[in-house]
Amino acid sequence: MDFGLSEEQEMLQETIRGFAQNECPTTRLRELFDEGVGHDPALWSALAEMGVAGLTIPEEHGGAGMEMLDLALVAEVMGEFAIPGPFLGHSLAIQGVLLTGSAAQQAAILPPLASGEQVATIALQESDTAWQATDWTVKLDGDRISGVKTIVTHAALADHFLVGVRGGDLVWVDAKADGVSIEDVNGIDRTRPVYRVTFNGAPATRLEGGSGTAGDLLDAAAVLLSADAFGAASKLIDLDVAYALEREQFGQPIAQFQAIKHTIAQLGTDIEPTRALFWYAAHALDELPDEAPRAASVAKAHITDRAMNAARESVELHGGYGFTWECEVQMWFKRIMLDRAQLGTPDQHRERTAILGGY
Amino acid sequence: MDLEYSAEHVAFREAVLEFLKGWPLTGDEAKLPMEEQEKIFRKRGIDAGYVYRSVPKKYGGSEQPQDAIKDKIIVEEFYAAGAPRDLMSQGAGMLVPTLLEFGTDEQKDRYIQPALHAEENWCQGYSEPGSGSDLASLQCQARLEGNEWVINGQKIWTSSAQRAHMMFGLFRTEPDAKKHEGISYLLVPMDAPGLEVRPLREMGGGYEFNEVFFTDCRIPAENIVASRGQGWQVSRATLVHERNLIGNPNMMREAFSDLLNLARSRTIGGKPAIEDTGIRRRIAEIEGYVQTSELSNMRQFTAGNRGEMLKVMRPMMMNKVFSTDTMQLIMKCAYDLLGGDGILAPTEEDLDKWGRETTPTGWVLSYIFSMGPAIAGGATNIQRNIIGERGYGLPRDMRKSS
Repeated sequence: MDFGLSEEQEMLQETIRGFAQNECPTTRLRELFDEGVGHDPALWSALAEMGVAGLTIPEEHGGAGMEMLDLALVAEVMGEFAIPGPFLGHSLAIQGVLLTGSAAQQAAILPPLASGEQVATIALQESDTAWQATDWTVKLDGDRISGVKTIVTHAALADHFLVGVRGGDLVWVDAKADGVSIEDVNGIDRTRPVYRVTFNGAPATRLEGGSGTAGDLLDAAAVLLSADAFGAASKLIDLDVAYALEREQFGQPIAQFQAIKHTIAQLGTDIEPTRALFWYAAHALDELPDEAPRAASVAKAHITDRAMNAARESVELHGGYGFTWECEVQMWFKRIMLDRAQLGTPDQHRERTAILGGY
Repeated sequence: MDLEYSAEHVAFREAVLEFLKGWPLTGDEAKLPMEEQEKIFRKRGIDAGYVYRSVPKKYGGSEQPQDAIKDKIIVEEFYAAGAPRDLMSQGAGMLVPTLLEFGTDEQKDRYIQPALHAEENWCQGYSEPGSGSDLASLQCQARLEGNEWVINGQKIWTSSAQRAHMMFGLFRTEPDAKKHEGISYLLVPMDAPGLEVRPLREMGGGYEFNEVFFTDCRIPAENIVASRGQGWQVSRATLVHERNLIGNPNMMREAFSDLLNLARSRTIGGKPAIEDTGIRRRIAEIEGYVQTSELSNMRQFTAGNRGEMLKVMRPMMMNKVFSTDTMQLIMKCAYDLLGGDGILAPTEEDLDKWGRETTPTGWVLSYIFSMGPAIAGGATNIQRNIIGERGYGLPRDMRKSS
């Protein structure tokens, strides 16, 4: 009976954190944010070199053979540094293959993804309300798919799409094939650009023979988005503390005022305890399948909602500067907006929590 | 991370469950007053090694080797069975740990056993009319005269003083010393001459807390814990125990289940309230807080079990605010579900049961009671100072006095 991280897991986080401090400090993040491409090939290769591209891929296919909890811990650090790049969609596309692909499909698809040479992303959501597997309308006809997906992160960079189709199956699609067209929808999070993807008779391979479902994949997505939002909100609280200690008004640091001190204490109380919520939801996907769907929805609803609130409070705490493009707060604010809105809003996940809990 | 229990702990849980088949009592024992029944069962719990595990046998405990997982199993199963376990009274919950840490052998011999068995009830004499959050400014004076302390002054918000045999309290014994260094921790018999208890009526209608007045009240000189002037340090240790009592996730989960049942029984527009989209979402949102509290506690529990408490200092500081805020969310939602029934006053029966009855008037009382924990044992705004200062390194408040 032990609800804590292993030494290896703590070390994994520290390693990625140390890397991010050096290779993606706020100054570099700012450059990438202003470029708006949401990607840095050198950064991605370095992360892939460290094993981040294929963390959960079995070793025989070139990955690190880790679990969802490890992946979620890395997602937390990705959120903490708002690291631009395809980590989220890539990791989830891999989860989809691991969950639903046959042994042969996994062996064929995974090795180039593990090394990061090829990038994949997920194309699941169809509208702001249609995100669950039962909502999908993209049609698989023989080995061709047709229909439209939205909120596809890093579609322009991807070599492959993992696409959810009517009936709840997942298919694997070559992003450069005929019949695939993408359109930038001008997403607000400039660290993870989003696209609308239209399939018009594009060739597709149905993933079959795995032991999991598309529902499991959506739960994994909820967990990674929660972990990212947790990391981002924790970073914002650090920024708030630093600013409150540095900024002076009425002849003293504003941190001296209880209005500011209590706001920061309240944000901390809102966010810090939820670390355990995403740990548990990730662990449930690894070990407690009956608990996983509900734990994932509770984490997604609660953490992304509280994180969004923390982001708003952080803007306010930075005063006029907080409202500017120049202030670093907006980069995490917008990161959390995507975490919150993609694949089920807090209200939608609360409805699911209620249904699964037999309210 | 491994949420499975070891074979030893699985067997331990089975043994606890077997033991708990003895509750409720049966036969002639079941005819005794409930207080007597609880005493009998608590005694059996001590003999079996499940109750008062950290208290030495010579003081009436069961003196078991420390095992946080066994403690957790006992708490869970006794709670589920509604069986009497360690008393959470001021005496057993706060005085006993303090005496174990700071008391003399004579004090331990004299006071611990009767406190554990509720043979002697204790109340806490800390707050004064002029000293609430700024407790160390307290003025109630004790002066040593020969073999006696002579006490003059007043305590306030003294819960259960009307039933107490003894008070542990803080008194100013060194008027010339600095604020925090002039306080001593004294043990006061409630029947001492010159001590008077006057009840205060609470807004819920009950009379649980009191004012206590001291007029040349004399107690023996040996009734001091630790040395003169060390009372503040002694009380800090005790307050930690009080805060532990307040952050109880089992209590929160039970209140949440009651809320869910209330939402099933009340109606909105002719349908069960639980089918209303707004109510469903609101309750699911509250469950997010409840689950956060449970899991954050589990994380802290593991850290304690591993000897890594330093890693969880921040969430530990947050427990009290988090749990009292969450209880308030539950009670506010329940109150909204009551609709027009929210005008009703709690009944005498509700007051006897502390609002645990899930009638509309019981909920009204719980709604009122839910504000109490945010004030007792370090008010929420004071907790926020602590979180900001010790958790996030923000500067301390400016204080006028020394």
